[in-house]
Amino acid sequence: MGIEPGRLHFSWISSAESVKFVDVVKETVEAVKALGPNNNFIKTTAKVA
Amino acid sequence: MFAYIEKIKEISNRLLKESTVDLIIGFRKGTVPMMNEPCFAKTPEAVDGLVWDSNCGINLANYLANRKEKIGIVSKGCDSRNIVTHIIENKIKRDQVVIIGVPCKGMIDRHKIEAMFDTEIEAVTEADGRLNIKGDGVDTAIDKKDVLQQNCTICTHRNPVIYDELAADLVEEQTDVDKYEDIRRIEDMTPEEKWEYFEDLLSTCIRCYACRNACPLCYCPTCFVDESQPQWVGKSQNPTDIRTFHFLRAYHCAGRCTDCGACERACPMGIKVRILTKKLEKDCLELFDWESGLTLEKRPPLDTYRPDDPDDFIK
Ligand code: SF4
Ligand code: SF4
Ligand code: SF4
Repeated sequence: MGIEPGRLHFSWISSAESVKFVDVVKETVEAVKALGPNNNFIKTTAKVA
Repeated sequence: MFAYIEKIKEISNRLLKESTVDLIIGFRKGTVPMMNEPCFAKTPEAVDGLVWDSNCGINLANYLANRKEKIGIVSKGCDSRNIVTHIIENKIKRDQVVIIGVPCKGMIDRHKIEAMFDTEIEAVTEADGRLNIKGDGVDTAIDKKDVLQQNCTICTHRNPVIYDELAADLVEEQTDVDKYEDIRRIEDMTPEEKWEYFEDLLSTCIRCYACRNACPLCYCPTCFVDESQPQWVGKSQNPTDIRTFHFLRAYHCAGRCTDCGACERACPMGIKVRILTKKLEKDCLELFDWESGLTLEKRPPLDTYRPDDPDDFIK
């Protein structure tokens, strides 16, 4: 649909894998930051009160 | 076509007379050309009104969900696959339906025909693979094969996959078709191009939900788009809301869609909504070797787990 690869991440992390969790979150944040702000899926028209 | 309908009527009359079924679901002539309507026939007189021609693109499985009667149902290849899906999903019981199989030769796309002429089309008749189109100042014949619904041109299951009665001899299945040419073209686009493509595809959507209403898979008592507590998706004409509706609906059809084309046929704006479901259909085939509605024996990929399910996308 036009969502960049890298903006969406999937991971299996067990509740015991705290280190993996931290790593994955770091990686994800970096990857998404590198892509810049997401300008898609934003509503541009005025909100109805 | 003539022989088809005589046989359909004969079978329907017999089933009703012997009380094998309480009603027959078939087609009758619509009030406008190229739009046959569903018909619920409970008496032999009503059976007289049944028709069969190339305007029977509606998927009749749509009228089966949760019914309690015994039903005889006229069924093309795709309808039969949606009946199978209904049975698998417990929307109807196999012994409740008598499937009157109709080997199908493809349905015509009214959008294509309407686009060919400037004037309103008043009548379309057919004989031997030719269509005769009549309207104000128009009286011309065209080849039916040039105006088939796109899904019919690539259909490889024209014969019903299950049936109890047959209205005609089985037809030869198409084998040499490239089903996913259009999908591959989109897959090859960059994310920006894809975004543009779908923006353009859905730009004329008026959110009438005709596509959803025509789809046999969409039997939820309250669709997510109608729900207001919680409200899953905005109800406006905003492009983001429209897009969200479309891709969520497509996902609800994943592993279930038979590419029957009823959604696309119903759309008053001529939007090619099947592009979305077809991508998921292609994925199901490639990842799970699954084509929906072909057998009662297997569970669909989305409600089974296999250790070898592909999971490359999970890191
Ligand atoms: S779109 Fe989804 S929620 Fe709506 S009727 Fe179809 S399957 Fe149900
Ligand atoms: S999504 Fe469209 S093509 Fe798929 S089963 Fe529903 S009506 Fe048919
Ligand atoms: S039928 Fe067409 S216009 Fe109506 S909601 Fe579906 S895609 Fe939009």
